[in-house]
Amino acid sequence: MKNSITVKPAPAPRIRLLPALAPPAALLAALVITWQVAVTAGGVQPAILPSPQRIFQQGWEARTAIWENTLPTLHETFLGFAVSLTVAWTLAILIDFSPGLRRALVPLLVASQAIPLIAIAPLMVIWFGFGMLPKVIVIALVTFFPVAVGLIDGFNRTDRDAINLLRSMGANRWKQFVYVRLPSALPSFFTALRIGIAYAVTGAIFAEYVGAERGLGIYMAMMKNSFRTDLVLAAVAVTAFVSVCLFLLTYVAERAIIPWHSKERRSRHG
Amino acid sequence: MVEATPPKIELRGICKSFPLGHGQVRSVLDDVAFSAQPGEFVAVIGPSGCGKSTMFNIMAGLETASSGEVLVDGDVVTGQHEHFAYMPQKDLLFPWRSILENTSLGLEVAGETKKIARARAASLFAAFGLSGFEDAHPFELSGGMRQRAALLRTVVQGRDVLLLDEPFGALDSLTRTEMQSWLQGVWSQNAWTAVLITHDIREAIYLADRVVVLSARPASVRLNLTIDLPRPRALSMTTSAEFAGYERTLLTTLHEETRSSKAP
Ligand SMILES: Nc1ncnc2c1ncn2[C@@H]1O[C@H](COP(=O)(O)OP(=O)(O)O)[C@@H](O)[C@H]1O
Ligand SMILES: [Mg+2]
Repeated sequence: MKNSITVKPAPAPRIRLLPALAPPAALLAALVITWQVAVTAGGVQPAILPSPQRIFQQGWEARTAIWENTLPTLHETFLGFAVSLTVAWTLAILIDFSPGLRRALVPLLVASQAIPLIAIAPLMVIWFGFGMLPKVIVIALVTFFPVAVGLIDGFNRTDRDAINLLRSMGANRWKQFVYVRLPSALPSFFTALRIGIAYAVTGAIFAEYVGAERGLGIYMAMMKNSFRTDLVLAAVAVTAFVSVCLFLLTYVAERAIIPWHSKERRSRHG
Repeated sequence: MVEATPPKIELRGICKSFPLGHGQVRSVLDDVAFSAQPGEFVAVIGPSGCGKSTMFNIMAGLETASSGEVLVDGDVVTGQHEHFAYMPQKDLLFPWRSILENTSLGLEVAGETKKIARARAASLFAAFGLSGFEDAHPFELSGGMRQRAALLRTVVQGRDVLLLDEPFGALDSLTRTEMQSWLQGVWSQNAWTAVLITHDIREAIYLADRVVVLSARPASVRLNLTIDLPRPRALSMTTSAEFAGYERTLLTTLHEETRSSKAP
C-alpha cells in the first residue's frame, strides 16, 4: 500500500529566543529611560532614588566587591538546589510507589508551606551559624515544595489507559514507572523546575540578608546600612540577571533532555 | 473418545458489576458468552456504553470478572494477561519513543533485549506500510499510520488472541475505508485470531467471519451471526445483496437494543 500522506522531516528545533526576548527587553528599556528622566528632571536625592545611570556607574566601580559576593551566592544556590532536587525526586518516587506514604506525607508537605520563612531564617543563623549550611537549608526549603509537587502530580497524571496498555503487556509496577510514568512526568517536572529556580536565588539572598560572612544578600544589607542605595540596587540588578540566566538554562536543559516535548506540542498546535 | 478441538478462545457466563457506593451496584455484563475458532475474526457490536470495553478489560486481565471464565485452547485463563495482545481505543503511541521503539515496546516489556525486540518489529514495517518511518516520532505520522503502528505494536507481541477496541473509530471515513481494506488484506495472509469491537456495522461485516451483537446494558449476547462471504474480500462486495442482507439483520437487532436502552 502506498502512503497517501507524505511526511516532511521535522525541522530542527530552532530556539526562537530573539523574538521572545525583544518585547520584554523593549519594555524594560522604556521603563529605565523613564526612570532616568524622572530622577534627573525631578532632582531626586541619589540616596533616596539613584538614577539608572548612577547605579550602573557605581556598580561598575564596585564590580570586584560585587563579583566576590556573587560567587558565594551562586555556590549556595546550586548546592541548595541540588539538595532540594535530590530530596524532591526521592520523596516523589517513594510517594508514587506507596499510597500509604502519599496519604501521610502530602498533607505535611502542604502544611510545611505555612511555615513563615521570615521567622525561621534568623533562627537558622542561631542554630547553624553564618556559614553555608543555613543557606543551603533555606534554599532547599523554599524550592523543594514546587519541585516535589510538580513531580508527584506529574507521575500521577499519567494516562490511565497508558498504564492499562502496559499492564496488558505484563509490565509490573516498576516497569510501568520506567516506561510511562517517569517520561510522562518530565514536562511537568521542567515547569516545576522553573518555579523552583526562580525562588532559589531570592531564597539565597534572603538567607544571607539575615546573617552571613559573604554573599549578595549580606552585601545589600551592608550597603543599605551605609546609605549606598545605588549599590543596593546594583546588587539587585545582578541578582535579577542571575535569576533570568538560570531560568533560561532550564529551557536549554528541557530541550536537551525531552526534545520530543516541544516538537509534539508544536505539532498539536499547528 | 476423541474430543473436538476446543475453540481458540471462549467466554463463559461473564458477569461484571461495578460498585457505585452507598451499597448500589451497576451491572454492566450479564452472562456474556461466545467463542472464536483458531484464525477466526469475530466482530463485536453493541450500543455505546453497553460494556464492550469492560469485556475486553476482563479478557486482558486488567479487570476482574464478578463471575464467569475466560478460556484459551480449552484452559481457564481468567485474569491472566499473557494470552492477549490488547489494542486500546486510543493509539497511545508515546511521544518520547520513535515509531520503532513504540512498536517494540511490548516485547521489551516482556523481557526481550532491545536489539531483538526492535529487529522483530522492524521486520513487519513493510507489511504495515510504515517503511522509512522507523525513526519518526508519533506526532509526525498521519492518523491512519498511527493506527497501523499501534496495530503493529499489538501483533508483534505474538500472543494467542488480538483484542482490537474500535481501532478505526477516530479516523475520517476515507482513511477508515482505506484501513479496513488494508487490514482485510494483511488478515488473509496471517492466521491471527482476533476480536474486534466496532460501532460500524459495515466494518463488522466486511472484516469479520462472525458478528456478535451485544444487548444494551447489562450486556448479553443478542445475536451471533456468521458472515459467509468469500475471502479475500473486495470492497465491491459491500454493495452485494448478501452484504445488504447481513446489514439489515444487524441493523434491526441493534435498533431494538438501542430503543430498549432508551426506554425507562
Ligand atoms: N470503574 C467503573 N465504575 C463504574 N462504572 C463503570 C466503570 N467502568 C465502566 N463503567 C460503566 O460501564 C459501562 C460500560 O462501559 P464500557 O465498557 O466502556 O462501554 P462501551 O465500551 O461498550 O462503550 C458504562 O456505562 C460505564 O459507565
Ligand atoms: Mg468502549
